[in-house]
Formats: sequence, C-alpha cells, structure tokens
Amino acid sequence: METLSIYVPKLVTKGEYIASGHRACSGCGEVLAVRYVCKALGRNTIISNATGCMEIISSPLPESAWEVPWIHTIFENASAVASGIESGIKALRRKHGYTKEVKVVAMGGDGGTADIGLQSLSGALERGHDFLYVCYDNEAYMNTGIQRSSETPFGASTTTAPAGKKSMGQHTWKKNMPAIAAAHNIPYVATSCSSYPFDIMAKVEKAIKIKGPTYIHILSVCPTGWRCPSSQTIKVGRLAVETGIFPIYEIENGKYKLNIDLPHLRPVEDYLKLQGRYRHLTKESIAEIQVKVVEEYNKVRHLAGLKKIK
Amino acid sequence: MESKRIGIEASLAIAEAVKLANTDVIAAYPITPQTHIVEGLAEMVANGDLDAEYIPVESEHSAMSACLGSSAVGARTFTATAGQGLILMHEVVMVASSMRLPIVMTVANRALSGPLNVWGDQSDAMITRDAGWIQFFVENGQQAFDHVICSFYIAEHPDVLLPVMINVDGFHVSHVIEPIEILDRKTVDEFLPPYKRRYTLDPDNPVSMGCFAAPNLYTETRKDLDNAVRESRKVILDVWHKYGELTGRHYKPIEYYKADRAETLLVTAGGYSENAMDAIDKMQSEGKKVGLVRLRLWRPFPYEDMIEALSGARNVIVFDRAISLGGPAPICSEIRAALYSLEKRPHIVSIVGGLGGRDVSPDDFEKIIDIGLERIKSGRTDETYMYGVRE
Repeated sequence: METLSIYVPKLVTKGEYIASGHRACSGCGEVLAVRYVCKALGRNTIISNATGCMEIISSPLPESAWEVPWIHTIFENASAVASGIESGIKALRRKHGYTKEVKVVAMGGDGGTADIGLQSLSGALERGHDFLYVCYDNEAYMNTGIQRSSETPFGASTTTAPAGKKSMGQHTWKKNMPAIAAAHNIPYVATSCSSYPFDIMAKVEKAIKIKGPTYIHILSVCPTGWRCPSSQTIKVGRLAVETGIFPIYEIENGKYKLNIDLPHLRPVEDYLKLQGRYRHLTKESIAEIQVKVVEEYNKVRHLAGLKKIK
Repeated sequence: MESKRIGIEASLAIAEAVKLANTDVIAAYPITPQTHIVEGLAEMVANGDLDAEYIPVESEHSAMSACLGSSAVGARTFTATAGQGLILMHEVVMVASSMRLPIVMTVANRALSGPLNVWGDQSDAMITRDAGWIQFFVENGQQAFDHVICSFYIAEHPDVLLPVMINVDGFHVSHVIEPIEILDRKTVDEFLPPYKRRYTLDPDNPVSMGCFAAPNLYTETRKDLDNAVRESRKVILDVWHKYGELTGRHYKPIEYYKADRAETLLVTAGGYSENAMDAIDKMQSEGKKVGLVRLRLWRPFPYEDMIEALSGARNVIVFDRAISLGGPAPICSEIRAALYSLEKRPHIVSIVGGLGGRDVSPDDFEKIIDIGLERIKSGRTDETYMYGVRE
C-alpha cells in the first residue's frame, strides 16, 4: 500500500470532471465510481444521465458539478437520449463539418437501468449505437428512500420490501443485468465495484475504444441504504467481491474472463454482518444465501473456463 | 420561386417537406395513422434521397427522448406520432419545451383508448395542450407541407427555440391524395435558415442541461417558458408573412370563411373545416347569415384574434373533435374564457362530434348549426351537446 500511494498520482490523471461540492452522502460509493469513470473518460465526453441519486446530488439549479457536457431529462430514457446524441453527431459530422471525437456515455442507477429504463437500454443496445452505458448499482431506489429494485439482493430489508414478522425482506434474487446486456450480443460487458478504482478505470478506457454499444455494471456501496458506517464503504465493497457475492468479470465478444480470480471465497456472513439491511437474517437464511452465492459464482467461473470452487 | 404541383398523399407531402428542410435526424416509432410519414422518410434515407440519421426506436417514449439528444447537439430533428404514441411520449414532450429544443413533430390526430380506436379525432392534441409546444391545426395536405417548412423556421428561431407540433387529422387529412405544390430545394434553402444554437452539448464549452429546480426556482423557470410560448407569436406571424410572400399562401392564427356580416359563426379546427365550408356555402345560398371561423394557431392561444373574430357575432357555435370527460369541451371552454371579459358577448354553444373517425359531412354541419341555434333560442347554452350519438 505504501508504494501504491507513491505511484497512484502518476498512474491516474489529475483531471476531475465531477467537481467537489456535490451533495452526495458521506461515504457514497456511487459518486466515487462516477469520479473514476469520468477520469477514465476524459473531457471529450457527453453524458446522458438518468434521474436518480447522481442527477440529484450534482445538479441543483443554478449549480452543477459537471465539468463535461451533461444532459438529464427524465428517469427511464438515458439510453434513448444517448442514441439521439450519437446519431445527431453522426449527421453533423457527415453534413455540417463537425470534426470533434466525442464519447457518448449514458448512466443510471439500478432503477434507471434494470427496471424503468430497461426498455430504452435494450433498444439502444440492439440498434448498435456507439456508446457506453454505465450502471451504478446500489441495489435499491436510494434517491427516493431505499425502496426495493430488481437489483436488491435476496434477504435485504428495504422500505417497500421490509423485513417483518412475516417477511424476511426481499424474497427474489438479484436480476442478472450484465447477462441481459450480453444477450444483446454487444462487444463488451463488464462488472466492477466502487472499491476497485483501477479496475473501473481500466474497463472504461477499454470500453470507449470499442466501436458499438458497451456496458459496465458497477456495484456502488451505499452506506445510507445498506445501513453501514460511511467509513466502511471501501471495505464493504471489497467484501462483496471477496465473498463471491459480486464477481468481477468481463465479457468480450461473448467470452467471459474473471478479472479477480479468488482461490477461496470468504463466508458471506463477513459481508452481511456489516450491514443493517441484513440484520434480521437467521442462520438458516444466511446458509441459503451462502449456497446460492457459491452456485452463482461457479456459473461465472464455468463460463470463464475455470474450475469450480467449493 | 420554383415549384411543381403534383398529386400526392398528405403524409408523403409531409415527408417531402422534411426532406426539403434537410433534416439531420428522424427518430420515430410507427403508429396508425402516422405510419406513411415515417415510412416515406425511411425510404428516402434508404435510397439516399435524404442524408439523415433515421433512428428506428423501440417506442414513442424513446422517439422523443432520442429527439431531445439530437436536438441538444444541434442537429435538425423531426418526428411524427399519433394518439397513443403521443400520450406515451407525453412525459418527454413536456421536457422538450422546457429544455427549449426546437423539435418539429407532426401528429396525425387519433382518438385515445379505450376502447381502442385507430381513427381520427383531436383528443391527443388537447391532452398535449399544456406542454409548452407551439401547436398548429392544418386542414389539408398543402397546409401540412407548408407548416413543416414554416415550423422549422419558427422553432429554431433564436427568439423562439421551442418545439412545434403540427396537428394533421388522422386519415381524413393524412391519407388523402390531393394536388399539392411542392417547393424546390433551392427555394427552401433560401427561405429556411440553418439551425444554429448558442448552447449545445459540446466538450469545448461544457454545459449542464436539465438541472433540477427546487421550489425557490421552479416557478421562475415555468414563467420563463410561459413567456417564451406567448412571445413566439411575433415570430410565427413574421414567418407566415414571409412564407405568404414567397408562395401566395397566407396563414393567420384565426382564419375566416365567408364570415363577413354573419350573425352566426361556426368555429372549427382541422380537416373538417372544409366540410363546414360546404355547409356554409349552402346555407348562405339559402339566405342564412352564417359564417365560419377556423382555428389555426392553438398555442400560443390567439386571444386577440379570437376576440376580433367573434365579438361582433350574435351566436357562436364551437365544434370540438375532442371530449373532456365530465368537463367543458376544450376549444369551446377557451373561447368562452377569452370572450368573458367583453361587455357584449355573443351566445356561445358547445358541440362535440367526429370522435374516433366518425364522419361529419356538410349535411351534418348544417344540422350542427341548426341544433346550436335551437339551443341558444331555448337558453340551453351551458352544457356541451354531443352530435350524432346513436340512441
């Protein structure tokens, strides 16, 4: 770690494209992820942002935290707006002497991506627009007060799927959004996590060099919604990866590659016990989650051509 | 000016106008009765007759969303829709105006579900009334063609920067083949200035578009938009004037048909106005003092023209092709409001008809005028009468 602190400033651009002074909660993993994504994108970027935490914390009139051209319109259409931006630039380049090289990026939370925005995302991926979509997945509708989404994990308590005497909270398993994106036969899909800045930046740099639609799904730790101390954001994100709950991989032209290959997974309890959203879980539920996590992790390993682990 | 007069379907004439305007981006989702417009454009792009990006989106909601994106980078943008499509995109329609993006859209007006009905009426236009778009009604294919050209001019004018909706009655206008004067490319190029906006999504001059407004600023943003819509009138009149000089076809917010010295005025909007004209011809030949007033500009609402047109009449019969369930018919209620402050007001009666593609023939308009006068005579002007309901 000590050597890294010497080299990091040399490895990473000092350019910041989302300014400090935004209104994110302390310990917000999502805004960290946005910061790394923007560093990797650089200034020649146009961002289409879905309604959600990121839009709200960055753009109260008459202020804006964005140092790159940025557009927010509504909740479920970030990809469709990006389609228009990309097509508009193509037409301007062909007809009106436009010469700039611009990267078009759409971004949204798990609601804006996997739920209300899924149709417009699917349409834009299928039509083959040259753009990057980044999903910042904090596993619930945090902006409106921690309501469940299709990305909320099994067993988590949220305000619309709360744990109670007759419910253990979320009773469905997390929707596999990267697989849905990959099913569009797009050239590049990847997962990452807000606790892995170099992984995020490397993947964004790779994605924007690829022609056609690309998709990056970033698990973004939300201390407010996950009920964990804001000082633990990085640790919690790392545990999500080290327990195998959120595997970090790429799918390049249909081929899976596990980027963080763990010989042994840590028990899921190490991750769950740090978060108040899982406080109510019984030993039996935790055991059920453990079995499912290993099963799902092995599916990814299998797709990546790796042996199963126990 | 060079032009040629050809027999062509109104929808295809609209596509011709979009082509002549050298549109950069078209994002559309097919829906009856608008389909021929976007099919025509897709064919032009496929054949290289129009150099544009055609985005075959997966819904009307995404059609308007893609239009926001392309217009925001400075590309001339067009779409078309109808009925359900318009109300599906409604959420985004509201944003187009608030972001001051000069998108031009033709709406082949269609009834709204339920029950499902693909035929024409103007309920879709009425539901979008408050969205901050400039809205026109046209009565035939020539007017539709003319208004596409004029609308790009008006929408993109630096003093306006608002989206424009051209209401074309579904089937009764959109699908009619008629002789239409098509301008040539050079004439349109000389008439229509290029789309240039001061602020685009540009990395060399980064701006944030679509910031949210808290209670301390939201009111001001709406006031600003309201002013913009109201003040667009000056440019609309100016562009119509220029276009009239060029083509001899002069348009006005309110247009008259044999309305001089008429005691009773019928008010219509859109394609059925031409049927109403036949009724007026016949009734005048029988010595009846009736005339016709047609609404061309729906937003910004032409208060002064409406007062000027109607205040001298004794009776006004307003025909709406839309219904406000449980409330007053939309055009009539606005006309009543516009005339209310006058000391001497005409009697006003509201009649709704022509819903979901139901024909309203010249004979029907004669009956509508008779019914209106009868209701005025018997003092029943406070309720809306639905014409042609089968008992």
